[in-house]
Amino acid sequence: MQKPAIAADTRPWLSAGAQPFISVQGLVKQFADFTAVSDVDLDIYKGELFCLLGESGCGKSTLLRMLAGFEIPTQGRIVIDGEDMARVPPDRRPTNMMFQSYALFPHMSVEKNVAYGLLREGLGKREAYARAGEMLKMVKLEKLARRKPDQLSGGQRQRVALARALVKRPKLLLLDEPLGALDKKLREETQFELIKIQESLGVTFIVVTHDQDEAMTLATRIGVMKDGIIKQIGEPHEIYERPNSRFVADFIGTVNLFDGKVDAVAPDLMRIETAELGPVLLPPQTGLTRGQQVWGAVRPERFALSRQKPDGAHNAWRGVVEDLGYIGHMTQYRIRLENGRLIRASQSNRLRDEDPISWDEPVWISVQPAAFRVLTE
Amino acid sequence: MITGSAPWRGTAWAVGKLGLSGRTLVIAIPMLWLLVFFLAPFFVLGRISLAEAIIARPPYTPMFERGPDGSLEIIASLENYRFLLTDALYRNAYLSSIRIAAVSTIFALLIGYPMAYFIARAPEPRRSLLLLLVILPFWTSFLLRVYAWMGFLRTNGVINNMLMGMGVIDQPLVMMQTDFAVYIGIVYTYLPFMILPLYANLTKLDGALLEAASDLGASPVVTFFTVTLPLSLPGIVAGSMLVFIPAIGEYVIPALLGGPDTLMIGRVLWDEFFGSRDWPVASAVAIVMLVLVVAPIMWLQSVQNRRGAD
Repeated sequence: MQKPAIAADTRPWLSAGAQPFISVQGLVKQFADFTAVSDVDLDIYKGELFCLLGESGCGKSTLLRMLAGFEIPTQGRIVIDGEDMARVPPDRRPTNMMFQSYALFPHMSVEKNVAYGLLREGLGKREAYARAGEMLKMVKLEKLARRKPDQLSGGQRQRVALARALVKRPKLLLLDEPLGALDKKLREETQFELIKIQESLGVTFIVVTHDQDEAMTLATRIGVMKDGIIKQIGEPHEIYERPNSRFVADFIGTVNLFDGKVDAVAPDLMRIETAELGPVLLPPQTGLTRGQQVWGAVRPERFALSRQKPDGAHNAWRGVVEDLGYIGHMTQYRIRLENGRLIRASQSNRLRDEDPISWDEPVWISVQPAAFRVLTE
Repeated sequence: MITGSAPWRGTAWAVGKLGLSGRTLVIAIPMLWLLVFFLAPFFVLGRISLAEAIIARPPYTPMFERGPDGSLEIIASLENYRFLLTDALYRNAYLSSIRIAAVSTIFALLIGYPMAYFIARAPEPRRSLLLLLVILPFWTSFLLRVYAWMGFLRTNGVINNMLMGMGVIDQPLVMMQTDFAVYIGIVYTYLPFMILPLYANLTKLDGALLEAASDLGASPVVTFFTVTLPLSLPGIVAGSMLVFIPAIGEYVIPALLGGPDTLMIGRVLWDEFFGSRDWPVASAVAIVMLVLVVAPIMWLQSVQNRRGAD
């Protein structure tokens, strides 16, 4: 069977000549004595669902608020569809925002909340309410149009906020932790609903979140932020498989990190000497010189566990299962190597019936050279 | 459920034996207070308003009298109320009081709202200082402050001297003993009662709502009228009540700052009690005033209850 090709225009960031729809250039925001956002450059393409991911205080919300117009940048440009908007007040921007607290007007009914933005555009009452009604139908709330926000559940309020932000068909929709207030089950359902709505309307979304699972599920691309800087921008699998720094590797998912030095570089193979694993063989990487300080990163699921020494494996070590956690679809192991280093490994449970490796068993752990990611910062 | 330390539990048990719960007891104390110091005098007043004035001590007819055949007669008449309704003086005094109180309330709202708004929006340490400044006038006597206004407003007062010194006017403005002076006095005196409830309301206003409105395309002015103002309605109502109600019965300000034409019910009341020594009519005046004040409050209360219900 042929693999379906991903149409080129759904990933415009891959083509060199593509025009970004939103372009943030050299953006800086300083508050009295602290820099919330320092020198951010970011290009976002039409129809993207871009996630800004980071811990609280990393500057992602400030960046979003500058895009919405609630904060005036200290420096830099925000170009939206060809126009510099950095100093345009929020009521004159083609952007809308879905607030983390939803910020629904408590004195207005659901339908009045949704129609509010349309009425401000000067649309007639009849048409505004008709369009608000369509939007409420899309988020499946048409029956609750006359309710007040305090008569709704959290999930319903979230959908009203989404409808209100989308009804003006903004060029750019900003979502601040859109699913943060929902419980886990509802959050997972809503994630896919959000993607569906975004795709059907073709609106460009920028989502701020601290939840990496949410970012991985939603995003076309993710920007990982720390201390006011975007550390890495990439598609979810790039961020996960090819992190560019120890911070990103550690922030997204779980990782085993090993200090080491580049020992030998050959055209088809490279060797790094690590303190805890000894020499490790991996495919060569450009831009590395002999003796350079590097870090090796391995995801837990990339380790293979076996009772016998695997044949022909270069990168294999002996250890003992110190602890394990069975969580259904997989089992997480903590394996103590002979030199005392603790390794996190996980095994898929497709083969769980066949006498699984258990507590205190001596095991071999091995890793394919390609699964070893070398980080320089 | 009763929780807490042993002495409290003991008290609760003792009270419970009398058939009272802690809840009843807590409510009973203010109820008793109101009964003794408000309701009882109110009934005394009501009873006097049904009597007739005589030259005696007390200066009104008794309510119960022995008839010639020894039977007990209750003497009560609504004559005083009929008199109030027919005599134009009282009607005008009521209307004038309501008008002066209403106009003062509107001005207090127009001045107090922006003040409350900016105090509520000020950064935290400055906010307490500004609030303190609003409350500060209460630390001096109310009477002294009204006298101070006389110093400002009179023909040879601070304002006239300053304006004439600057050459803005040739003749001193007549401000004392006018309705204008009464408005100034009332608005000045009751302004804090407008600001404080408004401030309490406006500090609770969620800034995200204002941002949401502006994000949806509302200019700051539109945001104010569609979001801030409707949400601060409870504060506006509370503040207006706190100004309007005492202003209706205000006596000192019109007496000191107002002129002979300033007709307010508080002054009429004083004249009836102490000038004419007609306690029954004065009592009737007071009761009618109470009804005039209570009726709009009850109406507002029912409106708010209905709004809360749907």
